[in-house]
Parts: sequence; structure tokens; C-alpha cells
Amino acid sequence: MTTEAARRLTRSTLFHLVSMALAIAFLFPLLWALLNSFKSKSEANQQPPTWFPHSLSIANYRSLAGFDQGIGTYLTNSVLLAVLTVIGSVVVCVLGGYGFARFAFRGRTLLFAATLGILMVPYATILLPLYIVLGHLGLQNSLIGLALVLVMFQLPFGIYLMRNSFESVPRELEEAALVDGASSFGAMRHVSLRIVLPGVVTVALFSFLTSWNEYLAPLIFLNDGSKYTLPVMLVNIRYASYNIIDFGALQAGVVVAMMPCLLVYLLLQRFYVSGLVTGALRG
Amino acid sequence: MSLTTTRAGAEAPATGATARRSRGSAARRPFTGLLFVTPTAVIVAGLFLVPLAILVSMSFMDWPLLGTPQFDGLDNYRHLAHDNQFIGAITFTLLYTAITTVVLFAVAFVLVAVSNSPRRGARFYRTAFFLPYVVGTAAASTMWWVDSSDRLGIFNQALQAVHLTDKPVGFLDTPGKALFSVITLVTWKFVGFQMVVLLVGVQSIPGELYEAARVDGASTMQRLRYITLPGIKPTLALLTVLSVTGSLLAFDQFYVLTHGGPDNSTMTVVLALYNKAFQSYRLGDAAAEAVVLLVALILLNFVQLRLLRTKED
Repeated sequence: MTTEAARRLTRSTLFHLVSMALAIAFLFPLLWALLNSFKSKSEANQQPPTWFPHSLSIANYRSLAGFDQGIGTYLTNSVLLAVLTVIGSVVVCVLGGYGFARFAFRGRTLLFAATLGILMVPYATILLPLYIVLGHLGLQNSLIGLALVLVMFQLPFGIYLMRNSFESVPRELEEAALVDGASSFGAMRHVSLRIVLPGVVTVALFSFLTSWNEYLAPLIFLNDGSKYTLPVMLVNIRYASYNIIDFGALQAGVVVAMMPCLLVYLLLQRFYVSGLVTGALRG
Repeated sequence: MSLTTTRAGAEAPATGATARRSRGSAARRPFTGLLFVTPTAVIVAGLFLVPLAILVSMSFMDWPLLGTPQFDGLDNYRHLAHDNQFIGAITFTLLYTAITTVVLFAVAFVLVAVSNSPRRGARFYRTAFFLPYVVGTAAASTMWWVDSSDRLGIFNQALQAVHLTDKPVGFLDTPGKALFSVITLVTWKFVGFQMVVLLVGVQSIPGELYEAARVDGASTMQRLRYITLPGIKPTLALLTVLSVTGSLLAFDQFYVLTHGGPDNSTMTVVLALYNKAFQSYRLGDAAAEAVVLLVALILLNFVQLRLLRTKED
């Protein structure tokens, strides 16, 4: 009996040793960027690097404020882009999902297929003609144009998710409201929308992460420094070859760019996983 | 994440469809339905179908940055056939895709074994493995570039601390080392996603199957071979599709970490496409390249979806 208990203890210890080593390997780069960003200027650019900051300082964040247009501009642009993309995706996907779930109209199947078809076309290949289309619409070099493009790429997942969510809401629930004289939109808004709210949060979460992290599309569509978003700024600091690269500022920039994603994920994990399950079911 | 939620979600569309047929109220208001999907239709048409058509027509034209485009038939495609950088990029991207797909699966299986454990702490480990996935690729690549630096990078510092090397490795100095660095970055960043999707697959296998096997005296290996693997086959197929497509379209991590170097040795197809369109402004050639990539990926998706179906049967 004691040997059995001892064996169990050994196994458990071994499991936690291996798992902890793996967890540290995964978390370490994130933690190190965080630690580095709070080192003093000289310590952050010191060779060889120190493991822990000798003294805490916000000098690196200060120098971000002085980089080109200043981090305030880039942060504002990133937030603006995220807000536009999230609102756009949610509105279009809720309306579209409801339309596909509740109504029969000509071209329904075709439109649905075309929407899912966006998934089949590699993202990078269509950016070139999109650049031309946005030019014709007067939306080149604009955050609104960029947000529209990002909304378009959210549609296959978002429409699919919202259509399925609305379809799982029994029609009878809306019928009462319709009899009382509510419009279709009113019935959707006051009855079904509450029930499909988890799906709406999932759509919002995914479009936030996409717009916050997107790099290639802003790189192509924005050609005015005052419009750049955080990821574009980061890579510009890395390629600022005209002076010596400031490693401390770079790490601080990484922290600013990744913190919102980590926090949002940790808060809304539940919706993220349900979204992945839907995504996985797509196949 | 349980079996019940998954199945319920999958069956929902079927019940919806029956309800629609039996009840005609919705069908009587086709115009209202159109109003709801108008935003979707406008975006899909204007920002997807129209650009797609432009892309194809561009690929048959000489399209200067300024001035009028002119039809030049298959010239752009002919240029591609003799474009050594494009051919080199295809070869490299295929190599990168093959290695990445294998490495991601190998590591993901280890992580699934850890995070599927009933032991205390498994939830913490799972979150730790997944966190890098929500960090943007550009930010993660920038971080990796700092960490790989010979002068100030922590990777060299760590290796020297444990006496694995006595001078900096030069993580981005040779084609081989640069590829290795990108693959470690990609594994660190994306493997958490593979793990979570695999976990969903593994946990959707009914527990009774394992119990029955245990009663029949099946070993751990046998349970893995005859229950787990067949059970997650659709998941494996789906992850292969996602991993292959994602790797073939890799851009951010190469643009930031290696910039295609050293000596264009880590030039991917999308990086070459970007350079052609937005650095050399050869828009017609770039469009032809995009069309080739698009057709290749659509074909690949069809083949893989086929495999996915047969595996589900």
C-alpha cells in the first residue's frame, strides 16, 4: 500500500516537473519582455542582458512617446480601428445571420456560399486589388477603409456563427412579439438577440483580436505615418536603421501591443473556446 | 467543450430548416429578408467578388503604377515561369510548410497529454500554453527578434548560462539557423491553438468507449491506437488543412524576423508577392503570382476537404 502511494507521488511529481518546465518555456518570453520594458534605458541596452531589472523605470515607455508621431497617435489609431471593426462585424453579422436564419429569399443559397467562399481565397492575394478598389471609393489610406476590409474577412466565421445561433432560437418565442405588432427587426432585437448574446460576444472578441493584431493590411493600405497602428509602429522601430535600435523601447512597444489581447483573452476565455468549437465544426 | 454542446450545435441548422418549411410566415416576407442581408451582400460583392475579378483581369495586363493598363495576354505568367526568385520562394515555402506542420503536431500532442490530465493544475498549464496564440504575430516576431539578438538577446544569454555554448549562436546568420528561429517562433506562438482544437476532439470521444476497452483489458497504447486516433481523425484533418494553408501564406514572421534573408534564403511566396507589388510596383506580375497562389490553394483545399469527408465516414 505504501509503495503504491509512493509510486503515485513520484508520478505526480514527475508530471508537474515536466508541465511546469513547459509552462515556463511558454510564459518566459512574455514575462521577459515585461521585465525588460521596466528596466532603465542603460540597463535595457546593456550587454550582456540582465535577468531581473536592477531598478524599475518607465523611461522606455517615455521614449515610445517620442517615437515619430508618438505612441499616443498609434494607440488611438489602433483603438479606433478596433472599435470600427468590432461594431462593423457585429452589426453586419447579426443582421446577416438573422436574415439567413429566418427568411427565404431569392439568391439566399448563392449569397451564403459566396460569403463562405471568402475562406477559400487566400487573404494576401486579394489585398492587391482591394488596394485599387479602396482607391476608387476614396477609402485608401483611411482607417474606415481598412476596417471595412477587416470586417469582410470576419464575415465567413461571423455569419456562420450568427446564423446557427439564431436558428437554434425557437421561432415561437418571436411569434408573440410579432402578433403584438412588432416588426421583424423589433422581434429580433428584443427577443432573440438576448439569447444569442454569447455568439455576439464571440464575434466581437475575434474581430477585436484580428484588428488589433493585423499587420499586413495596415502596412499596405495606410501610407501616412499619422494613420499607422501599433503593429506597424513596432516594426518601424525595429527597422529604424538611421539610429541605433532602442531595445528597451522596442520591448515596451511589444508590451503595449500584447497586453490588451492577453487581458481580453483571460477575461473572455469562455467565449473564445466556444468560438473555436464552432470554427472547428466548420470543416 | 463537451460532446453535448458540440452535437447540439451541429444539429441546430437541421431543425431550423424543418421549421422554415412547415411554417410559411417568413417566406411571405422575402423583401424583409433581403433588407437584413443587404450589408453582407454589399460587402461580399464590393470587397470580395469585384476585387477577385479585378485580380484575374490584372494578371492579363501590363499594369503600370501610373498610366493606362494594357492587355498583354499571358506575358505576366510567362515572366513567372522564368522568375527564379518566385520559384525559389515556392520551394522554400513548401519546405517551411512541411517542417512546421510536422513540428506543430508533435509538440501539440505532448501539450494535449499534459493539459488533458485530470490532475490539479492542468487548467493553468493549458492557459500558459495557449497565451502566446493571442499575441499578434508582428508583436511576437518583434519580441523574438530581440530575444535572438547576439548582443542583447536572452536566448544566447540562457544558452551561455547553462554552458551549451560559449559564444553567441547568431540565430539569424545562416539560412538554416534563420529557418530554425522562425520555426521555434511559430511553434511557440501557434501550437496552443492546435492543442485546444485537439483537446475538443479528444474530449468529444465518449468515456464509455475507454471504460469498455479497459474492462476488455486493452493497454494504454491499444486504447490510443483504436479509440483516440480514429476518434480525432476529422480534427486531425482539419488541423492539417489550417496548418498547411497558414504556413503557405506566411508573411509577418518572415517580414519581421528575417526579412527574407540572409540572401533571400527565407523568402516566402507572400513575401515575394508583397515585394513585387509594393516595392517594385510590378502590379501585373504580382497579380499573376497571386492568381497562381489562389488556384493552388483552392485546389489544395478541395483535395483536403475530400480527405476530410472520407475520414469522417
